[in-house]
Amino acid sequence: MELTGAQALVKSLEMQGVEVIFGLPGGAILPVYDPIIDSSIRHVLVRHEQGAGHMAEGYAHVTGRPGVALVTSGPGATNIVTPLADAYMDSIPLVCISGQVSTGSIGTDAFQEADITGITMGVTKHNWLVTDAADIPRVIAEAFHVATTGRPGPVLVDLPKDVANATMEWYWPESVDLPGYRPAREPEPAAAAAAAALIREASRPVIYAGGGVLKSRGSQALRELAEATGIPVVTTLMARGAFPDSHPLSLGMPGMHGSYAAVTAMQRADLLVALGSRFDDRVTGQIATFAPGAKVVHVDIDKAEIGKVRLPDVSIVADCRLATEAILEALREGAPLARERLAAWAGEVARWKQELPYTYDREEVAPGAAVAAPGLPGRPCLLKPQYVLECLRDATPEDTILVSGVGQHQMWASQFWRFERPYSWVNSGGLGTMGFAVPAAIGAKVGRPDATVWAVDGDGCFQMTAQELVTASAEGIPVKIAILNNGYLGMVRQWQHMFYEERYSEVYLSPDLPDYVGWAEAMGCVGLRVDTPEGVMPAIEKASQVDDRPVVIDFRTDSMEQVFPMVPAGASNDDIVVHPAQRSKLEAERARLR
Amino acid sequence: MSGTGGDSRHLPRHHLLSVLVENKAGVLARVAGLFSRRGYNIFSLAVAPTDDERFSRITIVVDVESAPLEQIVAQLDKLVNVVGISELHPSEAREAELLLVTVGADAHERAQVIQLVGVFEGRILDVSLTEITVMLAGSPGMLDDFEELMRPYGIRELQRTGRIALPTLGSRGDRRLRVLEG
Repeated sequence: MELTGAQALVKSLEMQGVEVIFGLPGGAILPVYDPIIDSSIRHVLVRHEQGAGHMAEGYAHVTGRPGVALVTSGPGATNIVTPLADAYMDSIPLVCISGQVSTGSIGTDAFQEADITGITMGVTKHNWLVTDAADIPRVIAEAFHVATTGRPGPVLVDLPKDVANATMEWYWPESVDLPGYRPAREPEPAAAAAAAALIREASRPVIYAGGGVLKSRGSQALRELAEATGIPVVTTLMARGAFPDSHPLSLGMPGMHGSYAAVTAMQRADLLVALGSRFDDRVTGQIATFAPGAKVVHVDIDKAEIGKVRLPDVSIVADCRLATEAILEALREGAPLARERLAAWAGEVARWKQELPYTYDREEVAPGAAVAAPGLPGRPCLLKPQYVLECLRDATPEDTILVSGVGQHQMWASQFWRFERPYSWVNSGGLGTMGFAVPAAIGAKVGRPDATVWAVDGDGCFQMTAQELVTASAEGIPVKIAILNNGYLGMVRQWQHMFYEERYSEVYLSPDLPDYVGWAEAMGCVGLRVDTPEGVMPAIEKASQVDDRPVVIDFRTDSMEQVFPMVPAGASNDDIVVHPAQRSKLEAERARLR
Repeated sequence: MSGTGGDSRHLPRHHLLSVLVENKAGVLARVAGLFSRRGYNIFSLAVAPTDDERFSRITIVVDVESAPLEQIVAQLDKLVNVVGISELHPSEAREAELLLVTVGADAHERAQVIQLVGVFEGRILDVSLTEITVMLAGSPGMLDDFEELMRPYGIRELQRTGRIALPTLGSRGDRRLRVLEG
């Protein structure tokens, strides 16, 4: 069967089981858009290629299947570099196909030419420039294999226009042959036994669960390990939902804005069992003083993560779920673990959870309280962002997927939501990409149309990618967006407040410009505005009743609010700064620990 | 003057990696790009096809003070086009390098230069009334020695290839090539 390269590409994507492509056409990718008309694959037409990339990421986050994006050459391709970098940092399987100028024009500065394989080399697991139509099925098979196996990540296939127009004899490769690509998978039994031995000896252990738990579908294994050993669990920003927040052993998020219990338990631990986590600087704080008394078991499928930041005592280079199961198996082979052996530690950890939970000034949101003029710069407003999140958490269905952008609202979302199940949290962790939420929520809703998808966004983030709500309206993708509108680039403002003597430089955005309700309506969404605590629940209920179009709620929140706890960048986790109302409790705890 | 393995002037901060790569477009850029974006220093680098045309070999002398060797090797191994990495400790490697140098050599000095070239078993490629171009292959330490001896005559131009290396025969036990596979 003779096909054009473009037809072979679309057929290859069908062979891979692709159900949706997020993309935007242009000159060099035109040949590929013709066979898309006849394909069973759904195409979601985005308004900006960055949106296509983040939608593909959101889709991959919640389904575990690779997200696919299709863009044209030059600016189309460069516009998707940010999502590729984002997916690279957060190990999201992503296959991006870009058009390229014809092979004869490559290197001549042709119209809409960009060296996208060169540009994306550092932000993809691998990329390919296809120069022969006969290579297309093989390259697509390789691309999906690389994106989805080992440590998942983004790949890019660059397809010149003449290659897409050339003909080839169709085939589908039975297997891929990549001699230099041998991802780890099976754990070494000896390493698992060594890890089990350290777990047996430990008296203050902590499981430090990262995104690898979710990538490996290892949540159940993690839970079994925690329950079999009684070891408390911290879940990193990338692992929220991997372990239920309501579980007695859950300590929540560690790191810069993590819970006091999670941060302190890691600092005081004598063993860290790192499962698919990478000792990111936002978790460790100052490396030299991070968990100084802890031995480390490090499980990661990427050998290069072992010892990159912290030298482990035992390392297991393997699939995180399989490694967790192997550790459990090794533990079961020995004498039963005495439940009471960790009693003192469990008591201490429980006290930290009890004494220093996440908090904010709740009395100000009491019903009937006088409400000051909201939203003016520098004036306190009584609608607290944390209160909005608590209402949203309590008023939405249990299987709601929460998506966030990057900044203060992201940290509050992680802190005040209650994550009970895996794949219910989508955010940009490693790269910290503002503008992630709206398109990622759209991609998540496409992947899980049955689930309610809420995005919590900041006003700064929203302005970066809001145009994709036009995509959502046009395509009938009813996502819901809660803007925590404080009129500022809030996290930057917080740093200027804390570290630059309140000299606010270029962080004021205005809560009124743009008019978010008007903008939402112009994009075919329902737009709502809330500026009092009393208005929060009714607005959420109203939004919940809309299922035929996106909803945007403009929550006018207190612009002065800061995220606590906080470990200042580069400081030791021991120097955690808690909410002002908790300072005496912190001093009491510190006195106890001394 | 054959090259001896552990050359004392080559401090252990330099380490040799012999990297077998697929012979595909852009491979060198992938390797070089990895070093630059991760902040690893390359001391020298040499690339050429192997006897199997599907593969090339890149010999890299890395500065292990810029990052631990294990980390450099693990990151390199993640490149899809990297098929294998052999790590050669300087004491277990036969290293060689090629040097081309043009030195000033007028009628008074010519005989001295030619004599030194003879001692080092180099070859004279070109002679003019005032200059001589010499080719010399050998261990990097030997080339350093020769370079120093030529300096007083006035080095006009000098080009070295960077090292290539194979393991010493005596060290070819299991430590010979730490080929990273699977």
